[in-house]
Amino acid sequence: MRIWPVGDGAFSVEFGDRIDPAANAKVMALCAAVLDGGHIPGLVEVVPSFRSLLVVVDPLLYAMVEGRVRALAQDLPEVTRTEGRLWEIPTVYDGPDLDAVAAATGMGRDAVIVLHSGQTYGVAMLGFMPGFAYMTGVAEALRLPRRVEPRVRVPAGSVAMADEMTAIYPWDSPGGWHLLGRTSVELFNLDNTPPAMLAPGDRVCFVPVTS
Amino acid sequence: MSLLRVIRPGLAGTLQDLGRVGYRALGVPVAGAMDPLALQLANALVGNRRDEACVEILALGPLLDVEADSVRIAVCGSARLTLGRDGTYRPLEAERSHTLRRGDRLEIGPVLGAAVAYLAVGGGFDLDPVLGSLSTSVKGAIGPLGGRALAAGSVLPLKAGRTGVGGDLALAAPFTYGDGPLRVILGPQAGHFTPEAVAMFLSAPYRVGKDCDRMGLRLEGPVLVHAGEAGIASDGLVAGCIQVPGNGQPILLLADHQTVGGYAKIATVISADLPRAARAVPGQVFTFLAVTLDEARLARQELDRRLQAALTRLCLVVPGVDLSALYYANLVSGMVDAVDGD
Repeated sequence: MRIWPVGDGAFSVEFGDRIDPAANAKVMALCAAVLDGGHIPGLVEVVPSFRSLLVVVDPLLYAMVEGRVRALAQDLPEVTRTEGRLWEIPTVYDGPDLDAVAAATGMGRDAVIVLHSGQTYGVAMLGFMPGFAYMTGVAEALRLPRRVEPRVRVPAGSVAMADEMTAIYPWDSPGGWHLLGRTSVELFNLDNTPPAMLAPGDRVCFVPVTS
Repeated sequence: MSLLRVIRPGLAGTLQDLGRVGYRALGVPVAGAMDPLALQLANALVGNRRDEACVEILALGPLLDVEADSVRIAVCGSARLTLGRDGTYRPLEAERSHTLRRGDRLEIGPVLGAAVAYLAVGGGFDLDPVLGSLSTSVKGAIGPLGGRALAAGSVLPLKAGRTGVGGDLALAAPFTYGDGPLRVILGPQAGHFTPEAVAMFLSAPYRVGKDCDRMGLRLEGPVLVHAGEAGIASDGLVAGCIQVPGNGQPILLLADHQTVGGYAKIATVISADLPRAARAVPGQVFTFLAVTLDEARLARQELDRRLQAALTRLCLVVPGVDLSALYYANLVSGMVDAVDGD
Protein backbone atom coordinates (compact mmCIF):
# COMPACT_ATOMS: atom_id res chain seq x y z
CA MET A 1 0.00 0.00 0.00
CA ARG A 2 1.30 3.46 -0.94
CA ILE A 3 -0.18 6.92 -0.55
CA TRP A 4 0.54 9.65 -3.11
CA PRO A 5 -0.62 13.25 -2.90
CA VAL A 6 -2.86 14.37 -5.77
CA GLY A 7 -2.24 18.06 -5.28
CA ASP A 8 -3.04 19.45 -1.81
CA GLY A 9 -6.76 18.62 -2.07
CA ALA A 10 -6.63 14.84 -2.49
CA PHE A 11 -4.48 11.76 -2.09
CA SER A 12 -4.50 8.34 -3.69
CA VAL A 13 -4.17 5.14 -1.67
CA GLU A 14 -2.77 2.57 -4.09
CA PHE A 15 -2.83 -1.20 -3.83
CA GLY A 16 -0.55 -2.15 -6.73
CA ASP A 17 -0.55 -0.62 -10.18
CA ARG A 18 -2.62 -2.97 -12.32
CA ILE A 19 -6.21 -4.09 -12.70
CA ASP A 20 -6.52 -6.95 -10.26
CA PRO A 21 -9.54 -8.32 -8.33
CA ALA A 22 -7.54 -8.68 -5.10
CA ALA A 23 -6.43 -5.04 -5.25
CA ASN A 24 -9.97 -3.95 -6.07
CA ALA A 25 -11.29 -5.85 -3.04
CA LYS A 26 -8.83 -3.96 -0.82
CA VAL A 27 -9.95 -0.67 -2.38
CA MET A 28 -13.57 -1.46 -1.61
CA ALA A 29 -12.70 -2.59 1.93
CA LEU A 30 -10.87 0.69 2.57
CA CYS A 31 -13.70 2.66 0.96
CA ALA A 32 -16.16 1.00 3.35
CA ALA A 33 -13.86 1.56 6.32
CA VAL A 34 -13.52 5.27 5.51
CA LEU A 35 -17.24 5.79 4.94
CA ASP A 36 -18.42 3.68 7.87
CA GLY A 37 -15.71 4.59 10.35
CA GLY A 38 -17.37 7.68 11.73
CA HIS A 39 -17.02 11.32 10.76
CA ILE A 40 -13.56 12.34 9.57
CA PRO A 41 -13.27 16.16 9.68
CA GLY A 42 -11.91 17.47 6.38
CA LEU A 43 -12.97 14.43 4.34
CA VAL A 44 -14.90 15.55 1.25
CA GLU A 45 -15.51 12.36 -0.71
CA VAL A 46 -13.90 9.15 -1.95
CA VAL A 47 -13.59 7.71 -5.47
CA PRO A 48 -12.82 3.99 -5.68
CA SER A 49 -11.12 2.68 -8.82
CA PHE A 50 -9.52 -0.59 -9.98
CA ARG A 51 -6.57 -0.56 -7.60
CA SER A 52 -6.67 2.75 -5.75
CA LEU A 53 -8.90 4.91 -3.61
CA LEU A 54 -8.89 8.65 -4.27
CA VAL A 55 -9.63 10.57 -1.06
CA VAL A 56 -10.71 14.19 -1.64
CA VAL A 57 -10.03 16.49 1.33
CA ASP A 58 -10.15 20.06 2.57
CA PRO A 59 -6.61 21.23 1.72
CA LEU A 60 -6.20 22.79 5.18
CA LEU A 61 -6.90 19.43 6.86
CA TYR A 62 -4.95 17.20 4.45
CA ALA A 63 -2.47 15.86 6.99
CA MET A 64 -5.15 14.96 9.52
CA VAL A 65 -7.31 13.06 7.03
CA GLU A 66 -4.28 11.33 5.55
CA GLY A 67 -3.28 10.14 9.01
CA ARG A 68 -6.73 8.71 9.69
CA VAL A 69 -6.99 6.97 6.32
CA ARG A 70 -3.44 5.61 6.51
CA ALA A 71 -4.26 4.02 9.86
CA LEU A 72 -7.42 2.47 8.39
CA ALA A 73 -5.49 1.18 5.34
CA GLN A 74 -2.82 -0.43 7.52
CA ASP A 75 -5.43 -2.12 9.62
CA LEU A 76 -7.81 -3.43 6.97
CA PRO A 77 -9.76 -6.49 8.04
CA GLU A 78 -8.87 -9.69 6.18
CA VAL A 79 -10.53 -8.98 2.86
CA THR A 80 -13.24 -11.40 1.97
CA ARG A 81 -14.69 -10.29 -1.31
CA THR A 82 -18.25 -9.35 -0.43
CA GLU A 83 -20.76 -10.47 -2.99
CA GLY A 84 -22.76 -7.50 -4.19
CA ARG A 85 -26.12 -7.61 -5.88
CA LEU A 86 -26.48 -9.84 -8.94
CA TRP A 87 -27.99 -8.15 -12.00
CA GLU A 88 -29.23 -9.91 -15.13
CA ILE A 89 -29.07 -7.55 -18.10
CA PRO A 90 -31.28 -8.55 -21.05
CA THR A 91 -29.07 -8.02 -24.09
CA VAL A 92 -29.75 -8.10 -27.81
CA TYR A 93 -26.51 -9.39 -29.32
CA ASP A 94 -26.59 -7.59 -32.66
CA GLY A 95 -23.70 -5.13 -32.19
CA PRO A 96 -21.84 -3.71 -35.18
CA ASP A 97 -18.52 -5.21 -34.01
CA LEU A 98 -19.77 -8.77 -33.47
CA ASP A 99 -18.36 -10.04 -36.79
CA ALA A 100 -15.05 -8.23 -36.33
CA VAL A 101 -14.70 -9.68 -32.81
CA ALA A 102 -15.52 -13.15 -34.16
CA ALA A 103 -12.87 -12.78 -36.85
CA ALA A 104 -10.23 -11.37 -34.48
CA THR A 105 -10.74 -14.10 -31.90
CA GLY A 106 -11.06 -16.90 -34.45
CA MET A 107 -14.44 -18.05 -33.22
CA GLY A 108 -17.95 -17.84 -34.62
CA ARG A 109 -20.48 -15.11 -33.82
CA ASP A 110 -22.48 -17.54 -31.72
CA ALA A 111 -19.42 -18.61 -29.75
CA VAL A 112 -18.65 -14.95 -28.97
CA ILE A 113 -22.20 -14.51 -27.66
CA VAL A 114 -22.06 -17.73 -25.62
CA LEU A 115 -18.72 -16.76 -24.11
CA HIS A 116 -19.67 -13.14 -23.30
CA SER A 117 -23.05 -14.08 -21.82
CA GLY A 118 -21.62 -17.09 -19.98
CA GLN A 119 -19.54 -15.07 -17.53
CA THR A 120 -20.45 -13.26 -14.35
CA TYR A 121 -18.69 -9.90 -14.27
CA GLY A 122 -17.73 -7.81 -11.26
CA VAL A 123 -18.26 -4.03 -11.16
CA ALA A 124 -14.82 -2.68 -10.27
CA MET A 125 -15.57 1.04 -10.46
CA LEU A 126 -17.79 3.76 -11.93
CA GLY A 127 -16.48 6.64 -13.96
CA PHE A 128 -15.82 8.07 -17.42
CA MET A 129 -19.40 9.36 -17.44
CA PRO A 130 -22.29 9.25 -14.96
CA GLY A 131 -23.33 5.66 -14.29
CA PHE A 132 -20.67 4.05 -16.52
CA ALA A 133 -19.57 0.85 -14.74
CA TYR A 134 -16.26 -0.82 -15.53
CA MET A 135 -16.85 -4.58 -15.16
CA THR A 136 -13.99 -7.04 -15.16
CA GLY A 137 -13.91 -10.74 -15.97
CA VAL A 138 -13.99 -11.00 -19.78
CA ALA A 139 -12.89 -14.52 -20.80
CA GLU A 140 -9.25 -14.73 -21.95
CA ALA A 141 -10.27 -15.91 -25.41
CA LEU A 142 -12.40 -12.80 -25.96
CA ARG A 143 -9.92 -10.15 -24.86
CA LEU A 144 -9.09 -7.59 -27.54
CA PRO A 145 -7.43 -4.18 -27.28
CA ARG A 146 -9.56 -1.11 -27.92
CA ARG A 147 -10.50 -0.31 -31.51
CA VAL A 148 -7.80 1.54 -33.44
CA GLU A 149 -10.41 4.06 -34.60
CA PRO A 150 -12.67 5.11 -31.72
CA ARG A 151 -16.25 5.88 -32.70
CA VAL A 152 -17.40 9.48 -32.52
CA ARG A 153 -20.78 8.32 -31.25
CA VAL A 154 -21.60 5.11 -29.43
CA PRO A 155 -25.37 4.91 -28.82
CA ALA A 156 -26.66 4.80 -25.24
CA GLY A 157 -27.41 1.23 -24.14
CA SER A 158 -24.54 -0.29 -26.13
CA VAL A 159 -22.97 -3.38 -24.52
CA ALA A 160 -19.25 -3.25 -25.21
CA MET A 161 -15.92 -4.75 -24.23
CA ALA A 162 -12.19 -3.95 -24.33
CA ASP A 163 -9.34 -5.96 -22.81
CA GLU A 164 -10.58 -7.67 -19.63
CA MET A 165 -13.45 -5.18 -19.25
CA THR A 166 -17.04 -5.01 -20.38
CA ALA A 167 -19.50 -2.15 -19.92
CA ILE A 168 -22.78 -0.58 -20.93
CA TYR A 169 -22.76 2.99 -22.25
CA PRO A 170 -25.38 4.94 -20.24
CA TRP A 171 -25.26 7.91 -22.65
CA ASP A 172 -24.48 8.55 -26.28
CA SER A 173 -20.77 9.30 -26.27
CA PRO A 174 -17.51 8.79 -28.13
CA GLY A 175 -16.02 5.38 -27.43
CA GLY A 176 -13.36 2.94 -28.52
CA TRP A 177 -14.72 -0.35 -27.17
CA HIS A 178 -16.07 -3.22 -29.28
CA LEU A 179 -19.86 -3.11 -29.54
CA LEU A 180 -21.43 -6.54 -29.05
CA GLY A 181 -25.06 -5.63 -28.48
CA ARG A 182 -27.53 -3.39 -26.72
CA THR A 183 -29.83 -3.25 -23.73
CA SER A 184 -32.73 -1.04 -22.76
CA VAL A 185 -31.83 -1.12 -19.05
CA GLU A 186 -31.59 2.43 -17.70
CA LEU A 187 -28.26 2.79 -15.89
CA PHE A 188 -28.56 6.36 -14.68
CA ASN A 189 -31.66 8.26 -13.65
CA LEU A 190 -31.59 11.43 -11.57
CA ASP A 191 -34.95 10.53 -10.04
CA ASN A 192 -33.53 7.40 -8.42
CA THR A 193 -31.56 7.27 -5.19
CA PRO A 194 -28.76 6.66 -5.87
CA PRO A 195 -29.05 7.74 -9.50
CA ALA A 196 -26.62 5.06 -10.75
CA MET A 197 -28.08 1.54 -10.96
CA LEU A 198 -24.78 -0.32 -10.61
CA ALA A 199 -22.34 0.00 -7.71
CA PRO A 200 -18.81 -1.30 -7.21
CA GLY A 201 -18.95 -4.88 -5.94
CA ASP A 202 -22.12 -5.69 -7.87
CA ARG A 203 -22.10 -8.72 -10.20
CA VAL A 204 -23.57 -8.64 -13.67
CA CYS A 205 -24.69 -11.27 -16.20
CA PHE A 206 -25.75 -10.53 -19.76
CA VAL A 207 -28.75 -12.61 -20.82
CA PRO A 208 -29.29 -12.97 -24.59
CA VAL A 209 -32.74 -11.92 -25.76
CA THR A 210 -34.07 -11.42 -29.27
CA SER A 211 -35.57 -7.95 -28.87
CA MET B 1 -42.85 35.51 -11.74
CA SER B 2 -39.70 37.63 -11.57
CA LEU B 3 -37.03 36.61 -14.01
CA LEU B 4 -34.24 37.41 -16.39
CA ARG B 5 -35.04 36.41 -19.96
CA VAL B 6 -32.19 35.35 -22.24
CA ILE B 7 -32.53 37.19 -25.55
CA ARG B 8 -29.14 36.13 -26.92
CA PRO B 9 -27.16 33.45 -25.07
CA GLY B 10 -23.56 34.47 -25.79
CA LEU B 11 -21.15 31.56 -25.80
CA ALA B 12 -21.67 28.58 -23.53
CA GLY B 13 -22.89 30.42 -20.43
CA THR B 14 -23.95 28.00 -17.68
CA LEU B 15 -25.32 28.08 -14.15
CA GLN B 16 -22.59 27.16 -11.65
CA ASP B 17 -22.13 27.17 -7.90
CA LEU B 18 -19.21 25.76 -5.91
CA GLY B 19 -19.73 22.28 -7.37
CA ARG B 20 -21.62 19.03 -6.93
CA VAL B 21 -19.92 17.24 -4.09
CA GLY B 22 -20.52 13.62 -3.18
CA TYR B 23 -21.30 11.95 -6.51
CA ARG B 24 -17.88 11.46 -8.10
CA ALA B 25 -17.92 7.79 -7.14
CA LEU B 26 -20.94 7.42 -9.49
CA GLY B 27 -19.04 9.06 -12.35
CA VAL B 28 -20.78 12.43 -11.94
CA PRO B 29 -18.36 15.33 -12.52
CA VAL B 30 -18.05 17.92 -9.74
CA ALA B 31 -18.41 20.82 -12.20
CA GLY B 32 -18.87 24.15 -10.41
CA ALA B 33 -17.23 27.51 -11.02
CA MET B 34 -13.90 27.50 -12.84
CA ASP B 35 -13.00 30.57 -10.75
CA PRO B 36 -14.70 30.12 -7.39
CA LEU B 37 -13.08 33.33 -6.10
CA ALA B 38 -14.84 35.53 -8.67
CA LEU B 39 -18.13 33.71 -8.03
CA GLN B 40 -17.89 34.42 -4.30
CA LEU B 41 -16.97 38.06 -4.86
CA ALA B 42 -19.89 38.55 -7.26
CA ASN B 43 -22.22 37.09 -4.65
CA ALA B 44 -20.84 39.37 -1.93
CA LEU B 45 -21.52 42.43 -4.09
CA VAL B 46 -25.24 41.60 -4.25
CA GLY B 47 -25.51 40.53 -0.60
CA ASN B 48 -25.82 36.79 -1.27
CA ARG B 49 -24.40 33.81 0.52
CA ARG B 50 -21.01 33.27 -1.00
CA ASP B 51 -21.94 29.91 -2.55
CA GLU B 52 -25.10 31.03 -4.37
CA ALA B 53 -25.26 29.97 -8.03
CA CYS B 54 -24.19 32.47 -10.69
CA VAL B 55 -24.16 32.51 -14.47
CA GLU B 56 -20.65 31.60 -15.53
CA ILE B 57 -19.74 33.46 -18.70
CA LEU B 58 -17.12 32.11 -21.08
CA ALA B 59 -15.70 34.51 -23.67
CA LEU B 60 -18.95 36.31 -24.54
CA GLY B 61 -21.89 36.96 -22.26
CA PRO B 62 -25.63 36.97 -22.84
CA LEU B 63 -28.16 39.68 -23.60
CA LEU B 64 -30.78 39.67 -20.82
CA ASP B 65 -34.11 41.40 -20.28
CA VAL B 66 -35.20 42.24 -16.74
CA GLU B 67 -38.72 41.09 -15.98
CA ALA B 68 -38.84 41.99 -12.28
CA ASP B 69 -39.66 45.17 -10.36
CA SER B 70 -35.97 45.53 -9.57
CA VAL B 71 -32.91 43.32 -9.25
CA ARG B 72 -29.39 43.94 -8.01
CA ILE B 73 -26.75 42.38 -10.26
CA ALA B 74 -22.96 42.25 -10.25
CA VAL B 75 -20.44 40.86 -12.71
CA CYS B 76 -16.99 39.81 -11.49
CA GLY B 77 -14.36 39.38 -14.15
CA SER B 78 -13.49 41.90 -16.84
CA ALA B 79 -16.59 41.75 -18.96
CA ARG B 80 -17.87 44.69 -20.97
CA LEU B 81 -21.35 45.59 -19.73
CA THR B 82 -23.98 47.73 -21.38
CA LEU B 83 -27.29 48.81 -19.89
CA GLY B 84 -30.19 49.58 -22.18
CA ARG B 85 -32.82 51.72 -20.44
CA ASP B 86 -35.59 53.83 -21.96
CA GLY B 87 -34.09 53.49 -25.42
CA THR B 88 -30.60 54.67 -24.50
CA TYR B 89 -27.48 52.63 -23.89
CA ARG B 90 -24.63 53.27 -21.50
CA PRO B 91 -21.69 51.27 -20.21
CA LEU B 92 -21.75 49.77 -16.71
CA GLU B 93 -18.75 48.89 -14.61
CA ALA B 94 -17.96 45.33 -13.64
CA GLU B 95 -16.80 44.39 -10.13
CA ARG B 96 -19.60 46.35 -8.48
CA SER B 97 -23.34 45.91 -8.14
CA HIS B 98 -26.01 47.78 -10.07
CA THR B 99 -29.73 48.02 -9.49
CA LEU B 100 -31.72 47.23 -12.60
CA ARG B 101 -35.45 47.64 -13.07
CA ARG B 102 -38.23 46.21 -15.17
CA GLY B 103 -37.69 46.74 -18.88
CA ASP B 104 -33.92 47.15 -18.57
CA ARG B 105 -31.76 45.24 -21.00
CA LEU B 106 -28.32 44.08 -19.81
CA GLU B 107 -25.75 43.14 -22.39
CA ILE B 108 -22.70 41.27 -21.13
CA GLY B 109 -20.18 41.52 -23.92
CA PRO B 110 -16.75 39.96 -24.37
CA VAL B 111 -14.81 38.76 -21.33
CA LEU B 112 -11.42 40.43 -21.52
CA GLY B 113 -8.07 39.10 -20.35
CA ALA B 114 -9.46 36.01 -18.61
CA ALA B 115 -11.53 33.00 -19.58
CA VAL B 116 -14.46 33.56 -17.25
CA ALA B 117 -16.70 36.09 -15.54
CA TYR B 118 -19.69 35.61 -13.21
CA LEU B 119 -23.11 37.24 -13.06
CA ALA B 120 -24.68 37.22 -9.61
CA VAL B 121 -28.23 38.34 -8.87
CA GLY B 122 -29.40 39.52 -5.45
CA GLY B 123 -31.32 36.72 -3.73
CA GLY B 124 -30.14 34.15 -6.25
CA PHE B 125 -31.83 32.17 -8.99
CA ASP B 126 -35.02 30.29 -8.15
CA LEU B 127 -34.05 26.92 -9.62
CA ASP B 128 -34.20 23.41 -8.21
CA PRO B 129 -30.86 21.86 -7.28
CA VAL B 130 -29.93 18.63 -9.07
CA LEU B 131 -28.10 16.16 -6.82
CA GLY B 132 -27.69 18.96 -4.30
CA SER B 133 -26.20 21.58 -6.60
CA LEU B 134 -27.05 24.19 -9.23
CA SER B 135 -23.85 23.48 -11.14
CA THR B 136 -24.09 22.42 -14.76
CA SER B 137 -22.16 19.49 -16.16
CA VAL B 138 -22.78 19.72 -19.87
CA LYS B 139 -21.39 16.30 -20.82
CA GLY B 140 -23.89 14.32 -18.75
CA ALA B 141 -26.53 17.08 -19.01
CA ILE B 142 -26.74 17.30 -15.21
CA GLY B 143 -27.90 20.54 -13.65
CA PRO B 144 -30.58 23.22 -13.88
CA LEU B 145 -32.01 24.22 -17.30
CA GLY B 146 -31.88 20.53 -18.24
CA GLY B 147 -28.13 20.49 -17.64
CA ARG B 148 -27.55 22.69 -20.67
CA ALA B 149 -25.98 26.03 -21.45
CA LEU B 150 -28.12 29.17 -21.74
CA ALA B 151 -30.07 29.38 -24.97
CA ALA B 152 -32.12 32.12 -26.61
CA GLY B 153 -35.42 32.14 -24.76
CA SER B 154 -34.06 30.56 -21.55
CA VAL B 155 -35.73 31.90 -18.45
CA LEU B 156 -33.76 32.52 -15.25
CA PRO B 157 -36.30 32.86 -12.41
CA LEU B 158 -35.33 35.10 -9.50
CA LYS B 159 -36.00 34.32 -5.84
CA ALA B 160 -36.46 38.01 -5.03
CA GLY B 161 -38.93 40.14 -6.98
CA ARG B 162 -37.31 43.41 -5.93
CA THR B 163 -34.12 44.60 -4.29
CA GLY B 164 -33.92 44.99 -0.56
CA VAL B 165 -32.67 47.99 1.37
CA GLY B 166 -29.13 49.26 0.99
CA GLY B 167 -27.12 50.69 -1.84
CA ASP B 168 -24.89 49.20 -4.45
CA LEU B 169 -21.50 47.87 -3.43
CA ALA B 170 -18.06 47.72 -5.05
CA LEU B 171 -14.90 45.78 -4.27
CA ALA B 172 -12.50 47.91 -2.22
CA ALA B 173 -9.83 46.97 -4.79
CA PRO B 174 -9.68 44.65 -7.77
CA PHE B 175 -8.86 41.12 -6.62
CA THR B 176 -5.40 40.03 -7.71
CA TYR B 177 -4.62 36.44 -8.67
CA GLY B 178 -0.84 36.65 -8.42
CA ASP B 179 1.62 35.67 -11.09
CA GLY B 180 4.78 33.63 -11.44
CA PRO B 181 4.94 29.89 -12.04
CA LEU B 182 1.93 27.70 -11.34
CA ARG B 183 2.79 25.75 -8.22
CA VAL B 184 2.35 21.98 -8.40
CA ILE B 185 2.84 18.91 -6.29
CA LEU B 186 4.55 16.26 -8.39
CA GLY B 187 2.61 13.08 -9.03
CA PRO B 188 0.70 10.94 -8.44
CA GLN B 189 2.46 9.32 -11.42
CA ALA B 190 5.63 11.41 -11.88
CA GLY B 191 7.49 8.10 -11.73
CA HIS B 192 5.93 7.14 -15.08
CA PHE B 193 8.09 9.78 -16.79
CA THR B 194 11.81 9.91 -17.46
CA PRO B 195 13.77 12.14 -15.03
CA GLU B 196 14.56 14.35 -18.04
CA ALA B 197 10.84 14.75 -18.73
CA VAL B 198 10.12 15.79 -15.15
CA ALA B 199 13.02 18.30 -15.28
CA MET B 200 11.70 19.60 -18.62
CA PHE B 201 8.18 19.99 -17.21
CA LEU B 202 9.56 22.06 -14.31
CA SER B 203 11.63 24.37 -16.49
CA ALA B 204 10.13 24.81 -19.95
CA PRO B 205 7.30 27.22 -20.81
CA TYR B 206 3.97 25.67 -21.78
CA ARG B 207 1.48 27.62 -23.83
CA VAL B 208 -2.30 27.30 -23.44
CA GLY B 209 -3.65 25.91 -26.73
CA LYS B 210 -6.82 26.86 -28.56
CA ASP B 211 -8.60 23.68 -27.55
CA CYS B 212 -9.85 24.70 -24.09
CA ASP B 213 -13.14 24.23 -22.33
CA ARG B 214 -14.53 23.61 -18.86
CA MET B 215 -13.04 20.10 -18.88
CA GLY B 216 -9.45 21.20 -19.35
CA LEU B 217 -6.66 23.22 -20.92
CA ARG B 218 -4.46 21.66 -23.56
CA LEU B 219 -0.88 22.82 -23.09
CA GLU B 220 1.72 23.01 -25.83
CA GLY B 221 5.44 22.74 -25.23
CA PRO B 222 8.35 20.32 -25.19
CA VAL B 223 7.20 16.68 -25.42
CA LEU B 224 7.14 14.90 -22.05
CA VAL B 225 8.48 11.38 -22.55
CA HIS B 226 6.93 8.54 -20.57
CA ALA B 227 9.35 6.06 -19.03
CA GLY B 228 6.97 3.27 -20.04
CA GLU B 229 3.44 3.32 -21.34
CA ALA B 230 1.31 6.50 -21.22
CA GLY B 231 -1.64 4.47 -20.00
CA ILE B 232 -2.29 3.45 -16.38
CA ALA B 233 -5.09 1.49 -14.76
CA SER B 234 -7.68 4.30 -14.66
CA ASP B 235 -7.90 6.09 -11.33
CA GLY B 236 -9.63 9.07 -9.76
CA LEU B 237 -8.95 12.63 -10.90
CA VAL B 238 -9.26 16.11 -9.41
CA ALA B 239 -9.24 19.53 -11.04
CA GLY B 240 -5.61 20.58 -11.32
CA CYS B 241 -4.33 17.16 -12.37
CA ILE B 242 -1.94 17.43 -15.31
CA GLN B 243 -2.30 14.28 -17.36
CA VAL B 244 -0.06 13.44 -20.27
CA PRO B 245 -1.37 11.27 -23.12
CA GLY B 246 0.89 9.43 -25.53
CA ASN B 247 1.68 12.54 -27.58
CA GLY B 248 3.55 14.02 -24.58
CA GLN B 249 1.50 17.24 -24.51
CA PRO B 250 0.01 17.89 -21.06
CA ILE B 251 -3.68 18.51 -20.33
CA LEU B 252 -4.57 20.49 -17.19
CA LEU B 253 -7.93 19.27 -15.92
CA LEU B 254 -10.53 21.84 -14.87
CA ALA B 255 -13.92 21.89 -13.15
CA ASP B 256 -15.92 19.65 -15.51
CA HIS B 257 -13.25 16.96 -15.92
CA GLN B 258 -14.34 13.33 -15.96
CA THR B 259 -14.06 11.56 -12.63
CA VAL B 260 -11.49 8.92 -13.64
CA GLY B 261 -8.86 8.71 -16.33
CA GLY B 262 -6.23 6.39 -17.72
CA TYR B 263 -3.30 8.68 -18.52
CA ALA B 264 -0.31 9.14 -16.22
CA LYS B 265 -0.43 12.40 -14.24
CA ILE B 266 2.94 14.11 -13.93
CA ALA B 267 1.79 16.70 -11.37
CA THR B 268 -1.21 18.46 -9.85
CA VAL B 269 -1.68 22.24 -9.53
CA ILE B 270 -2.16 23.29 -5.91
CA SER B 271 -5.57 24.58 -4.83
CA ALA B 272 -4.29 28.14 -4.27
CA ASP B 273 -3.18 28.45 -7.91
CA LEU B 274 -6.04 26.58 -9.59
CA PRO B 275 -8.38 29.60 -10.05
CA ARG B 276 -5.55 31.45 -11.81
CA ALA B 277 -4.95 28.47 -14.09
CA ALA B 278 -8.67 28.17 -14.87
CA ARG B 279 -8.81 31.84 -15.93
CA ALA B 280 -6.12 31.29 -18.57
CA VAL B 281 -6.86 32.19 -22.17
CA PRO B 282 -5.31 30.58 -25.27
CA GLY B 283 -1.80 31.82 -25.92
CA GLN B 284 -1.01 32.43 -22.25
CA VAL B 285 2.29 30.87 -21.16
CA PHE B 286 2.87 29.05 -17.87
CA THR B 287 5.87 27.57 -16.16
CA PHE B 288 5.54 25.12 -13.27
CA LEU B 289 7.23 25.03 -9.88
CA ALA B 290 7.22 21.99 -7.59
CA VAL B 291 6.31 22.74 -3.97
CA THR B 292 5.72 20.67 -0.83
CA LEU B 293 2.40 19.98 0.86
CA ASP B 294 3.37 22.41 3.62
CA GLU B 295 4.05 25.16 1.10
CA ALA B 296 0.75 24.41 -0.62
CA ARG B 297 -1.13 24.68 2.69
CA LEU B 298 0.47 28.04 3.51
CA ALA B 299 -0.36 29.31 0.01
CA ARG B 300 -3.97 28.22 0.45
CA GLN B 301 -4.21 29.88 3.87
CA GLU B 302 -2.87 33.10 2.37
CA LEU B 303 -5.37 32.95 -0.50
CA ASP B 304 -8.26 32.26 1.90
CA ARG B 305 -7.16 35.22 4.03
CA ARG B 306 -7.05 37.54 1.02
CA LEU B 307 -10.43 36.32 -0.23
CA GLN B 308 -12.00 36.79 3.19
CA ALA B 309 -10.60 40.34 3.35
CA ALA B 310 -12.01 41.15 -0.09
CA LEU B 311 -15.41 39.64 0.78
CA THR B 312 -15.79 41.62 3.96
CA ARG B 313 -14.38 44.99 2.86
CA LEU B 314 -16.82 46.30 0.30
CA CYS B 315 -17.43 49.97 -0.47
CA LEU B 316 -20.79 51.62 -0.74
CA VAL B 317 -20.94 53.12 -4.20
CA VAL B 318 -21.26 56.91 -4.34
CA PRO B 319 -23.41 57.88 -7.30
CA GLY B 320 -21.41 59.72 -9.91
CA VAL B 321 -17.99 58.50 -8.75
CA ASP B 322 -16.39 56.00 -11.05
CA LEU B 323 -14.59 53.05 -9.57
CA SER B 324 -11.16 53.67 -11.03
CA ALA B 325 -11.16 57.09 -9.39
CA LEU B 326 -12.34 55.50 -6.16
CA TYR B 327 -9.54 52.94 -6.21
CA TYR B 328 -7.01 55.59 -7.11
CA ALA B 329 -7.90 58.04 -4.41
CA ASN B 330 -8.96 55.39 -1.93
CA LEU B 331 -11.90 57.62 -1.13
CA VAL B 332 -14.37 55.32 0.42
CA SER B 333 -17.69 56.58 1.61
CA GLY B 334 -18.11 53.80 4.08
CA MET B 335 -16.94 50.27 4.55
CA VAL B 336 -19.59 47.67 5.13
CA ASP B 337 -19.39 44.02 6.00
CA ALA B 338 -20.90 41.81 3.36
CA VAL B 339 -23.52 39.42 4.62
CA ASP B 340 -21.80 36.08 4.70
CA GLY B 341 -24.08 33.08 4.84
CA ASP B 342 -21.49 30.62 6.09
